[in-house]
Amino acid sequence: MNLVTVSGPPSSGKTSVILKTIDSLKKQGLKIAVAKFDCLYTDDDILYEKAGIPVKKGLSGALCPDHYFVSNVEEITNWALKNKFDILISESAGLCNRCSPYIKGIKAVCVIDNLSGINTPKKIGPMLKTADIVVITKGDIVSQAEREVFASRVNTVNPSAIIMHINGLTGQGSFELSTLLYDEALNIDSLKGMELRFPMPAALCSYCLGETRIGESYQMGNVRKMKVED
Amino acid sequence: MAAINNRKISDLIFEFPFLASFFSDNGLDITGKEELTLAEYFAGFDEDEIEDKAIDVDNLMFQIGEFIKQMIAFLGKEDDVVKTVTILPGHDKSGNPEKFDDLVIRQGEIICIVGPTGSGKSRLLGDIEWVAQGDTPTGRSVLVNDQVPDKKWRFSSADKLVAQLSQNMNFVMDLSVYDFVELHAESRMVQNREQVIKRIINKANSLAGEPFTPETPITSLSGGQSRALMIADTAILSKSPIILIDEIENAGIDRKRALGLLISEDKIVLMATHDPVLALMGDRRIVIKNGGIHKVIETTDEERKILSTLEDMDRIFLAYRTKLRQGDIITKIENTQ
Repeated sequence: MNLVTVSGPPSSGKTSVILKTIDSLKKQGLKIAVAKFDCLYTDDDILYEKAGIPVKKGLSGALCPDHYFVSNVEEITNWALKNKFDILISESAGLCNRCSPYIKGIKAVCVIDNLSGINTPKKIGPMLKTADIVVITKGDIVSQAEREVFASRVNTVNPSAIIMHINGLTGQGSFELSTLLYDEALNIDSLKGMELRFPMPAALCSYCLGETRIGESYQMGNVRKMKVED
Repeated sequence: MAAINNRKISDLIFEFPFLASFFSDNGLDITGKEELTLAEYFAGFDEDEIEDKAIDVDNLMFQIGEFIKQMIAFLGKEDDVVKTVTILPGHDKSGNPEKFDDLVIRQGEIICIVGPTGSGKSRLLGDIEWVAQGDTPTGRSVLVNDQVPDKKWRFSSADKLVAQLSQNMNFVMDLSVYDFVELHAESRMVQNREQVIKRIINKANSLAGEPFTPETPITSLSGGQSRALMIADTAILSKSPIILIDEIENAGIDRKRALGLLISEDKIVLMATHDPVLALMGDRRIVIKNGGIHKVIETTDEERKILSTLEDMDRIFLAYRTKLRQGDIITKIENTQ
């Protein structure tokens, strides 16, 4: 089985891109399942179910969603292996632009959209910079010039990635993506011992543990102060 | 490229000036550190910085090498001239073979695409953009200059076969017209930028009904002005040899002149339209049915005559529009032709 990790900022079009791409993958006779990770709320599992795609949903709630992802990806993978799927696609939103759920040896796709602003590629960390394929969406509503500038900015921060344009509404471009996802050479039978491409950021301070009061005397653990000059 | 990590940053930037944008876009501040080698520069980050800035030194070294390779390839070559694009038949949604021989589209030609919604227009464009080699749902193949094309047309972000213009497109950046075109020119690394920018703005103004200044914010351009700027910018600055147009609204823009500009820049124009004035301006039109190319029709002489009648009607219609806009009372407009 192949695992494919898809990640991207909220509302960039991940679910639409995945749904359209699965349409094409199914036509190639592949059995697909999806694991949807989110933070507080998602309806996307219903969209997948409606499309007849087996889906598992995980809400991280009070936990950091990316940490939650890593803690659960092995179990989800085992579930997909047991059910003999050909591809398991994991979908997670990169909420702070700092984490990325990508794993060494596992195909990584980042979805970002043209509307997110020209400086966005600079602001996104490993989620964009270490992806194998970058999918750019919402190209149908911005000008050609903006599309070209945006794609060239993405290329500057991740020159080795394949950059694709997909229209999540019509599915244009999703067939093409589908041809790049499944690779027999990347089949796995377990995630045990595999490694993240990039470490998650450290964050363990009193606020992680439920502190609500403001003030220096309540701050413990990994706390850092801004330099505020006069 | 193995040696780059032992070279001074200042030397690298001197030799590869484009690296300056790589450093800044990747959030790497090099001021005051130009005399360090790349390896020394990265070694200078302490663990906190590496963690805070999410720096992956090995990956960055690899990406810098990759970026230099790409940019050298990009700058070193003449732009490939695409003289022809050939579509070889595949089949429609029911598997029936398409009824045309090789469809050769040449530089400077306008080809219209007609057919009901969902008939497969986007798939045809998809096939061209992805330079299909019998490996898409239609089984079509696409040749560039009569050859099986280079893989770069699929995967390189700088070489895309198709640029798109549609009625639904808007400018979303918060920039003036001048700064906007300059940004595009920068990303394309064109020489004599200022001249190119001026030329684009002049051309756009010659297409737009009402002129705008270089200082106008792009988001406050009218529909016609936006379309005019998009067309002039795409014609002159986009590297893609094929321009796909999805209708052009019939207000505030001289559509005939707009198509003329694209043709004069040696583009191949594909236009999805059901507006007879636009459709008959094409040299040929492709009729799509049930996912396949059903027919290819050469525009007939009679159609061209009808086109000029339609254009007269169009002018009359626009003249009434102008009168309304100016606050005039509508009276009969004599056909000036």
